[in-house]
Amino acid sequence: MSQASSIKSLHALPVVWIAGFIVLLISVTFAINVGAVSIASSTVWGVLANKLYPGLIDVTWSAGREAIIWDLRFPRALLAAMVGAGLALVGASLQAVTRNPLADPHLLGISSGGAFGAIFALLHTGLFLGLLTVPLLAFAGSLAATAIVLGVARVADASTADRLVLTGVAVSFIVMALANVLIFLGDPRATHTVVFWMLGGLGLAQWSQLVYPAVVLATCGFWLWVRAAQLNAMTIGDETASTLGISVARFRLEIFVIGALITGVMVAFSGVIGFVGLMVPHVVRMLVGGDYYRVLPISALVGAIFLLWADIIARTIMAPEDMPIGIVTGLIGGIFFVWLLRRNRM
Amino acid sequence: MSAAKLNVINACWNTRRGDPILKPLSLSLNAGRVMGVVGANGAGKSTFLRLLYRYQKPSQGRIEIDGRDIWALSPRLVAQNVAAVLQEQPTDFALTVREIVELGRTPYRSILSAKNENDSTIVDSALRKLELSEFASRRFGTLSGGERQRAMVARALAQEPNLLILDEPTNHLDIRHQLEIIELIRDLDMTIVTSLHDLNMAAGVCDEILLLKQGSVLAFGPPETVLTNQSVSYAFNVSAQSEKLMPTDRLHFTYTLMGRT
Repeated sequence: MSQASSIKSLHALPVVWIAGFIVLLISVTFAINVGAVSIASSTVWGVLANKLYPGLIDVTWSAGREAIIWDLRFPRALLAAMVGAGLALVGASLQAVTRNPLADPHLLGISSGGAFGAIFALLHTGLFLGLLTVPLLAFAGSLAATAIVLGVARVADASTADRLVLTGVAVSFIVMALANVLIFLGDPRATHTVVFWMLGGLGLAQWSQLVYPAVVLATCGFWLWVRAAQLNAMTIGDETASTLGISVARFRLEIFVIGALITGVMVAFSGVIGFVGLMVPHVVRMLVGGDYYRVLPISALVGAIFLLWADIIARTIMAPEDMPIGIVTGLIGGIFFVWLLRRNRM
Repeated sequence: MSAAKLNVINACWNTRRGDPILKPLSLSLNAGRVMGVVGANGAGKSTFLRLLYRYQKPSQGRIEIDGRDIWALSPRLVAQNVAAVLQEQPTDFALTVREIVELGRTPYRSILSAKNENDSTIVDSALRKLELSEFASRRFGTLSGGERQRAMVARALAQEPNLLILDEPTNHLDIRHQLEIIELIRDLDMTIVTSLHDLNMAAGVCDEILLLKQGSVLAFGPPETVLTNQSVSYAFNVSAQSEKLMPTDRLHFTYTLMGRT
């Protein structure tokens, strides 16, 4: 079936796009509808319309509802979509340059650095920079871990894909061990906040902070997309890619740094959310084939939709408690992928 | 398409520790000629080819294509002139055969330009030349070893090189497809450097043979002068016996292990 479906999917690409956007819109709307207070879709779009063009629509809702929609659920839904899109983009790109189908944003030490920074803020420094303390330190930790990986890669001459992956994994273990030292030394009563952060959550989303992930996602995502041809070439092997005019080792490091930027900012605002970056690109390849001109944007779209729904489930399954979203992505995503593997067996 | 003149000027390659893998080597190959690189495992064939396709930089000396040092040119410009078909196996990332062949156009595309008409004509003709048209929308990962090899040759042709480098191009191919590749090598209007294990095939298709042993050149020249019983026996550490095949008048080697009969 793989042959027939790949031919069909090529011609069906605009349909995939249109369907994807419609599903994304529905998902965002639904994510705002559901919760402790359920809200009608017309109200959701009414509030948005009035925020964009004040006075466009007669206000038929209470100020409380507007606050729930505009201050809580809208930013949370947008953050979910951006984190899902970002992690999926990073996973897809890293898989190409390492030629490793198991590569994901958390493999190469970036997230461990983020976790280190977040744990440091949660257990040791206190919120000395206000609400942005945890995201800022997590982001700084991600960048530091990235710098360490790059430094070690240079010292250890990790110019090949395998050695870069091994370097990243080694650094990841070291940084994670150090992060565990911080937990061990920290106040045991506060460690549950760390556990919750590590399992991921979108509950702290605010309009004022959304600009950072948005800017990083838009610029880095575009940067990756214009390099789709090189990413395709990287999948056929280092030496062959170099005969196509690509400076292989340098290109791989560039992708790694861009991936680290995206991952760092996403981890900073949402914790370590697994599965999305690893699996979404594989699902997308089953849908639209392997050309990165399609894989990258569709991965972003599917990642966004997937994380929106994961968050909807995380918020409602044990309401009024928020279940950590990492549990949902792993459980639902894993089961879904097993089902997909079974359906697509060759 | 046109052919390029290749000059290797005193080029050598050492490991980081300074162990010589390929000792200083000079040769020149006229435009349109076919050179076979032969020698035992570890003789330095792959290293020599890597110098030619600009994957490894010579420790000393230089490689010139039409008089220009390849390390003085941009990787992209070299890729418009030199293509290589290697033994590397691509990881399966769900690309189709056509998308693999289209990769050959990478060196000609600027960062935002879409595929144009000209590219797709070139890709079509490369697919046709390797009899892959009906496989075009198949996933590369589902092909047999021989079909993959042909797809990689088609990809190299789509690059429109004037120097084509082939590393054991007939490996994994059945007899018919081996002959077709050899036929293609003869017909292509470009300079070709190919490593080959099969000396009889090398003698049949190559204009020049480079015979290597332990990183040094044993001989370089036309097959009849390079491939002698003595040189082949020494290079491969076997007892080699050549004869002229009867109706075709072609050179044919048979081998035995030394000290055995």
